Formats: sequence, structure tokens, C-alpha cells
Amino acid sequence: MAAEVKAPPLRADPGAPQALVPGAMAELKPYVANDKMQQALGFPGELTDGWHERAIGRMGELLDKYRSLKVYMDACVHCGACADKCHYFIGTQDPLNMPVARQDLMRSVYRRYFTLPGRLFPKLVGARDLTKEVLDQWYSYYNQCSECRRCSVFCPYGIDTAEVTMAAKEIMDVAGLGQKYTNEILGKVHRIGNNLGLPGPALADTLEGLEEDVKEETGQDVRFPLDEKGAEVLLVTPSADFFAEPHVDSLIGYAKVFHAAGIRWTLSSHASEAGNFGLFIGNYDQLQKVALRIREAALDLGVKRIVVGECGHAWRVAYSYWNTLTGIGAGGEDPFARMLQQQLDSRYRQPTHICELTWDLIERGALTLDKDANDHRVVTFHDSCNVARASRMGDHPGGQFEIPRAIIRAVANKYVEMPRGTTREQTFCCGGGGGLLTDELLDLRVKGALPRMEALSQVASGHGVNFMATICAICKAQFTKVLPYYGFKMGMVGGVHQLVSTAIRLGPKQ
Amino acid sequence: MGAPMSIAFALLFYAAFLVLVLGTGYRIATYIRTPAPLKIPTTPAPTTRGGVALRLGREVLFFESLFKANLWLWAAGWLFHVGLALVLLRHLRYFTEPVWGWVAWLQPFGVYAGFAMAAGLAGLWMRRIFVARVRYISTPSDHLMLVLLLAIALTGLGMKYVAHTDIVGVKRFFLGLMYFDWQPLPADPVLYAHLVLVALLMLIFPISKLLHAPGVFFSPSRNQVDDPREHRHVAPWAAGLDPKV
Repeated sequence: MAAEVKAPPLRADPGAPQALVPGAMAELKPYVANDKMQQALGFPGELTDGWHERAIGRMGELLDKYRSLKVYMDACVHCGACADKCHYFIGTQDPLNMPVARQDLMRSVYRRYFTLPGRLFPKLVGARDLTKEVLDQWYSYYNQCSECRRCSVFCPYGIDTAEVTMAAKEIMDVAGLGQKYTNEILGKVHRIGNNLGLPGPALADTLEGLEEDVKEETGQDVRFPLDEKGAEVLLVTPSADFFAEPHVDSLIGYAKVFHAAGIRWTLSSHASEAGNFGLFIGNYDQLQKVALRIREAALDLGVKRIVVGECGHAWRVAYSYWNTLTGIGAGGEDPFARMLQQQLDSRYRQPTHICELTWDLIERGALTLDKDANDHRVVTFHDSCNVARASRMGDHPGGQFEIPRAIIRAVANKYVEMPRGTTREQTFCCGGGGGLLTDELLDLRVKGALPRMEALSQVASGHGVNFMATICAICKAQFTKVLPYYGFKMGMVGGVHQLVSTAIRLGPKQ
Repeated sequence: MGAPMSIAFALLFYAAFLVLVLGTGYRIATYIRTPAPLKIPTTPAPTTRGGVALRLGREVLFFESLFKANLWLWAAGWLFHVGLALVLLRHLRYFTEPVWGWVAWLQPFGVYAGFAMAAGLAGLWMRRIFVARVRYISTPSDHLMLVLLLAIALTGLGMKYVAHTDIVGVKRFFLGLMYFDWQPLPADPVLYAHLVLVALLMLIFPISKLLHAPGVFFSPSRNQVDDPREHRHVAPWAAGLDPKV
């Protein structure tokens, strides 16, 4: 497979309609989770007898539990507003990667089993039985959606394909057809505490090594504390930050910011993962179970603030769901939420994004920054989908766009925006989100990156951009892998706090 | 009233009205009953309820999201819907006696709106036929829905411009239905066709994609307030899942 993967050519006119290539991606499927991975999450090990009843049964349950799914199944008029908005459709030209067609894989089954016209006149309204073939189609194409929500921006009813994809993954899990990459990782979080399976002692070693590296670079004793009770801040960050490139450079950036501001902080070996793949598979129990580790760590360590590192879907879960799932937030009136919320310092946003924290410090003049240190870089910013379309920073709508950009402008002299229609709420997914960051899907990932690569190529050739900053661990890993397919250096991608790390001056104020 | 045709139409419209109101009411009730367990507004989203009302208002009146998506689609869709809205308001004169002042004032606009509605529908149908990706996602019912609406518009315009029908008689018939004082329906094939199609539209409303009309108000990605850090949002079925403290 790897030998065949090639980047599609950049389009001369991204506005022109594309030809359809039916079936282009039908055969691309991620590896199926084995029975051990499935059972560790409480799902059937494989597609055994009764999968059909389990699938339809769960679909009915989800329709009763989620207004989103219920309304989205009914409301679509097939207008086609979303059809050309998906990066995977743009990159593959497979019509089943059009958001509406992807939704219809489920909507056709919904109509057959849950609506009158679908029961009576299936052909007329495009209703289908849930056969093994249809399930296979689900497995292909619901694993070709990164749940980025770009389509939902353009839908006149706000229909969000991510909600449909999540429901489909939940239904397939319950049928016994799980996806290996996501479900194996969820097992690791439960067993070890993070997605990468890095145990506590190894984490302690890694952090010690980082302290030595930073000492060598700056001459300062910048600490990377682990499990320190009584710290003010618990930092929860994607585990890739601990050793993957370029992620680790942002972790160093966070540590320098805490050091410069004199904030006592700690990481937790129990909650050494901000990512929450429960989101990707749409399973409420998994989502909550993974998130509860952070509540437990916060209570155990007695921290006053919870800060989240650079990770897109983690920030969605933290910002939008933690208060619901774990009580991390404010305004809770039940004992479960109050127990934690009384401990947390209500003068701060709970949880806080690391960019909110850093920007507050910059605004107060608490950091010494040397912008010229980044002069070898011409920077652009890639909005990560979950931050852009499923969360916020600061007090005003759109703060999730302004705050990271404000930080970049404060730490670098040369900043260029990518073309309109490819940034902010209309940003294109990196092509690797939603639980698709796995090698057997590389072909899809390379093709899905096409619209972002087109935008990057414009500012790279037009303005000499050589650094694309982003605040998502998946974006960083995905771009590192796919940039070379488009003729860019993989080192072009990095974190916002990597730039902060370069510019920040430690030691006594000059 | 006597004539079997009049009786048939009277029964048809009572049935269609009941199905429309009760069926759609039932669907709306299920939307209300079904909780939204997680905060999923498409951001940037308003941080207050007033802001959400404005967002929904812009969506319903101006099709804001569709405007961002595709100008031609927006133009055809908006033309059709505004045309339909004006035509429906114009038709109030057949159901009110005396006719309300603003309905009388609206009459000339309502006539042009009939053409706008037909033009919008034609545009939407052309798109469905000639744009490959829209053709790909279209089911037979998608085409038939446009045919139905177009036929309603054309029969309506036909009665206005080609073969006048006895609208005084039509009005007497519908007021009779409303006050249970049944009156004969003028015998006119174009009128029959127009009314059968309208009744059909009413009958399929609660079981078809026409549910997008109430659906837009219940879409969590559009109607939720962006305040998850400030307020704990827990659905009744999810509350029981919190670990005991």
C-alpha cells in the first residue's frame, strides 16, 4: 500500500466543480479491532450472530438519546450545500465522501427501519436494509470522516456529519465491528493512563531528560514536575508532547511560560493524556471514563486550576464536555460537580487552554519576549477543526481564532494568513483527525490534506512562508507525515508554543 | 352541498389538515422529548440566548449558512421560499372574512411571488438534474417533491392568468369547512388538481424531508448557547452516570 500512495495534483481552480469517481475509496478500510481490544471496552469481540439486531437496536437507542441524530436524520433535503465542502471528497472525488452521501449511508437505514415511507416505499425515498454489504460500506466510509464539522458550517440546518459518523461508529462497535487504531488506544488509556502507553516511570525519565536539555539551552532550572501535590496548575496535554517531534518543543514552551510566570504546575501520571478517543467513537461511557481520570488526578493532587495543552479534539472535550462529564467547570449545583468546583479557583476559566493562559500573561506584560528570535521563520497558522468549530477561547465568540494569532504576532515578526475560505471556521482538516491517524489509511490522509496543502502552497510561494503553526497533536503528526508528499519539508509544521519557546527570555527581567 | 366531488374534497381537506397538524405536532414533540446530552453548537456560537435567537432568525429568514455555501443554490432556494411564504400569506384571503388589511395590502406582491416561487423551484430542479454531485445524491422522492411544488405553483398561476376559477365560490367552500357550514366547491378541473396537490403536500409533510422546517429550530449545532464552562449541562439519562460521591 505505502508504495502506491501519491499526492493528487494541486487544483488550478479550487472553485471549479470536480468530476465524480464512484467507488474510488470503497476498498480502503482501517484494520478491524480484535476481540481482546473490543472486549476491553465492553463491546462484542466480533460480528457474531445477532449483529443486525444489536445494530438496529442501538440505532433506536441513539435516536432516543441524541436529539442531534434524530433531527439530522429527518431534516436533510439533499440540497447539496455540503457536497463539495469535505476535504476527503475534494482529495478523493469519491461521491460517498460527500457529507450528505456519507450521512445517507445511515439515513437510508434509518428510513427503512424507523419511518413509514421507508417501510412502505423503500426505493422511492432511498431506504435500504442493513445488510452485511451496507455495513461494509459503513466501515469504509465512516472511517473516512475525520469528524471535522466543516460541512456543518454550510448546512442550512446545521446538520453535523460528525454526529452521524460518531453514531455509526458506536453502532458498529456494538455490532462487533470496531476500528483497531481507536479502540486499541482507548484500552491503553484505561490500562496505562495515556494513548501512547507510556508508563509512569518512563514518563518521569523523559521529563528529567527535558529538564537537562532546557538547562543546557537556557542555563535556567526550568522544571517539568510530575505528580506534585499542592501545585496550583494541573497541565493535561496530549501524550505525544512527551517525546514526538515537533510536539515536545511546545511542551518545552509551556514549561518555560510557567517558569517565567512563577506558576507552580504539575503533570499527572494518572492523567497523562489530554486526548480522548471516546469522542471519535461516539461512545458516551468511554468519553466519560477517559475524562474522569482527569477529575481524579485533580482531586488527588489538590490543584486549583486545570490547563490543557495543544490538542484539538482534547480541547473540544475539555471545553465543551468536561463540565458535563466530570464537573470540571463552573455552575454545577449537584454534589458531584460541587465537590470539585469548590476546590478549583473560580477566578480562572476552568478548564483553561494553554493559549488563554499564555495570552493573559503576555497582555499583563509578565513575559519577556524577543520577537527577533523567530526571524528565520515566516509563520502561518492552521486552525485545527475541533478548536475552530467546536470550542472557544477567551470571553468572546471567535476567541479561538484571535488568541493563538495574537500570541504568534507577539512572538514573531513575520506572519501571513492563508487564503480566505481555508481558515477560521472554514478551516480545512489536516486530513488525519477523528481517529484516522493510522498508517493503513495513509492514502486517504495524503489525499485529504489536499485543500490545506493548496492553501499552504499559495502562501509558501507567494510570501515565503516556511512555518505552519498549529495547536493540535494530531495535526502536527499528520502534517509531519504528509508534507513531504507535497514537496514540503516535514519540519515546516510546529506548535504555537514552539514559537513562544524560541522567543521567551528567562532569568531576571532586563 | 350535495355534489360527491365537494364532499370528497371536504373530507380530503379535513383529513389533510389533521395529518398536518397532529403529525407534525407529534414529530415536534419527539424532538422536544429527545435530549441533547452534549454541548455541540457549531462555533463561533452566541454566548447568550438572545444571540441564539438572532442566529436562528438569520438562518430562517436569510438562509445564512446556505449563503456561505453556494450563491446559486442560495438564490434559488431563497427565491422559492420567500415566494412560497408570500403566496401562503396571500391565500389568507380565502380563509378570512372580512379580509385583514395587511393581507389585502399584500395581494399584488403575492401574485409576483407566485412567479418567483416557480422560478426558484425550476432553478433547484435544474441543479438537481445538471450538477453531477447533486444528481448523485437525489432520490426519486427529491425530484417528485419539486414536481409536486412546481405543479402546485403552475396550477395556481394557471387559475390566475389562464383559466379563471370562481374564487368567490372557492372562498365560500373553505369558510364553510372552517365553520362547519358546508358549501359546494366550484367544478373546475384546474382547481381540483391544485387542491389535490396541496392536500398531498399537507399529508406527506410529517413523514418527509419537509420536516426540515421545524427541524432547523431543534438543531443543536444551531440552537445551543456556547456556555459549557459556565453552566453544567447534563441530560436526564446522563445524570445517573456520574460516579457517586
